[in-house]
Amino acid sequence: MDFQDRVFRTVFFGASVLSAGVTVAVLGFMILLSLPVLKMGFLWEVLTSPWSPGRGQFGILPMMAGTLALAFLSLLVSLPVSLGCAFFMEILHPRGAGALLKKLVHFMTAVPTVIYGFVGVFLLVPLVQEFFAYGSGMCILSASLMLGLVISPTLILFFSESFSRVPQHYLNAVDSLGGTVFQKLRHVILPQAWPGMLTGMVLAFGRAMGDTLIALMISGNAVLMPSSLLDSTRTLTAHIALIFAADFDSTEFKILFISGIVLYAMTSLGILFARYFHKRALS
Amino acid sequence: MTRSVPDRLLSFFSWACALSLISALFIIIGFLVLKGYKALTPELIFGDVRPLDALLLKRQVFGGLFPAMAGTFFLILLSMALALPLGLASGIYLAEFAPSGTKRVLSFLFDILSGIPSIVVGLFGFSITIFLHHYFGGRIFPCLLISALSLAFLVLPYIIRTTQIALESLPLSLRLTAPALGATKARNIFYVLLPSSLSGIISGLILAMGRCAEDTAVIMLTGAVATAGIPKSVFSGFEALPFYIYYMASEYSGPPELMKAYGAALILLILCTVLFVFSHGIKHLLRAKTQYLPNPL
Repeated sequence: MDFQDRVFRTVFFGASVLSAGVTVAVLGFMILLSLPVLKMGFLWEVLTSPWSPGRGQFGILPMMAGTLALAFLSLLVSLPVSLGCAFFMEILHPRGAGALLKKLVHFMTAVPTVIYGFVGVFLLVPLVQEFFAYGSGMCILSASLMLGLVISPTLILFFSESFSRVPQHYLNAVDSLGGTVFQKLRHVILPQAWPGMLTGMVLAFGRAMGDTLIALMISGNAVLMPSSLLDSTRTLTAHIALIFAADFDSTEFKILFISGIVLYAMTSLGILFARYFHKRALS
Repeated sequence: MTRSVPDRLLSFFSWACALSLISALFIIIGFLVLKGYKALTPELIFGDVRPLDALLLKRQVFGGLFPAMAGTFFLILLSMALALPLGLASGIYLAEFAPSGTKRVLSFLFDILSGIPSIVVGLFGFSITIFLHHYFGGRIFPCLLISALSLAFLVLPYIIRTTQIALESLPLSLRLTAPALGATKARNIFYVLLPSSLSGIISGLILAMGRCAEDTAVIMLTGAVATAGIPKSVFSGFEALPFYIYYMASEYSGPPELMKAYGAALILLILCTVLFVFSHGIKHLLRAKTQYLPNPL
């Protein structure tokens, strides 16, 4: 390798280390800033108790439950619709209508989340309130409906990609045996595409957990253990966004970094799972 | 040919899903357009200032969206300037230089980075501000530079990934031609590989710009404020379209402000649509121009 090549390799390597360093630094900074709380040894208490700063309780359990509830429900909303859309564009109508749908789904990924949130506040929330005649309409139901819409492009694109990776000669074999489309789907495509679909679901779940705007704008942000669809809830992300004005030396403020660490850990775990399933999908 | 009952149900189900997704999207866009199109006037952007005066920064715009649009513009510019060199270099390293062990570790770390929620990246940006604030004796506050830096971290994994994929998907025949003629690795990268993968890289960059334009969670923790005017320097607070929309959704004082919020949402949607169309257009345009034989491997 000549001199110029070695210089470039060193420079590019330096840049990669710097970029990768960001991943480590994000975690490092949050641990550093939450160190006072960690040192006092009430990490376990923070993770398992309710939030009531007035009584000296700084637990983030309700927010963790809110995050998981919202992410789970939005996946539940989005899953069937996304599955249907992926069938539509990969199997039933691969050209024409399906291609058009695919373009629209790609476009949906470019629509800003704040716009989904904005329309949620002024269109979906009043509808939910009117329909159930209960509360303000800012509740888990409204938020998970909108969040379901926000994560559906992720699901659809992953599903359709895994469907399209099923080898064509498997599909031809079903056709030549006289199998129906439904049989092809149930006995060949779904089992073959399953690991890839799982990757998509894990990533979509991670996106739902990491989303701030929908939860912040639509879910009402009351600190409650979620118990009904019409209850208001607060997610970890919204908690971080909301409490910002607090005094830097207060415990409330340091708890933000614990919330950050929990979110970091949950999404990283998701990425680990997704990578594992993705490897299985490719092998 | 008669179709079986499960097949018909499947077809019905798929049509229902496709139509409900499309109608949800159209309801959202239609709602914004119907409520907001009346707000799209020069006054929405420039208030009562003459557009030319505002653009030449002769007069401050109050009561218009011009400062928020300028803030978003500077934010995109600055964060791309910060993320671009780092992202391109890392992508090139991953695709062309990295030994397989290093590559595994690095791509694992970039995957984690791409999964970090934007609010956590914002929190990171904020903690950097705290450190700098201590270090520089209280002269650093949340500002345009910190926001741009945090957004750069947010889009860094996108840029790395698109660069890497664009380079790695080049056919082997193309990859080997220049070295066979005696070109060094660096020359091969700069004169052959990068120009040939330009379409993929640029379309990825434009998508990253879209992310900078739309992200709200990062900037709300690192310096976006409701009223700031045109940012005077990179160390001042700034307005941005997505933050304005978020802020007005809960804090609007009456119908005129709400109309402005609808207008801002429409403008942001148009901006992101334009970026999206550009990104796709460039991908297809350049791909058509640079058709190669399929990879023999």
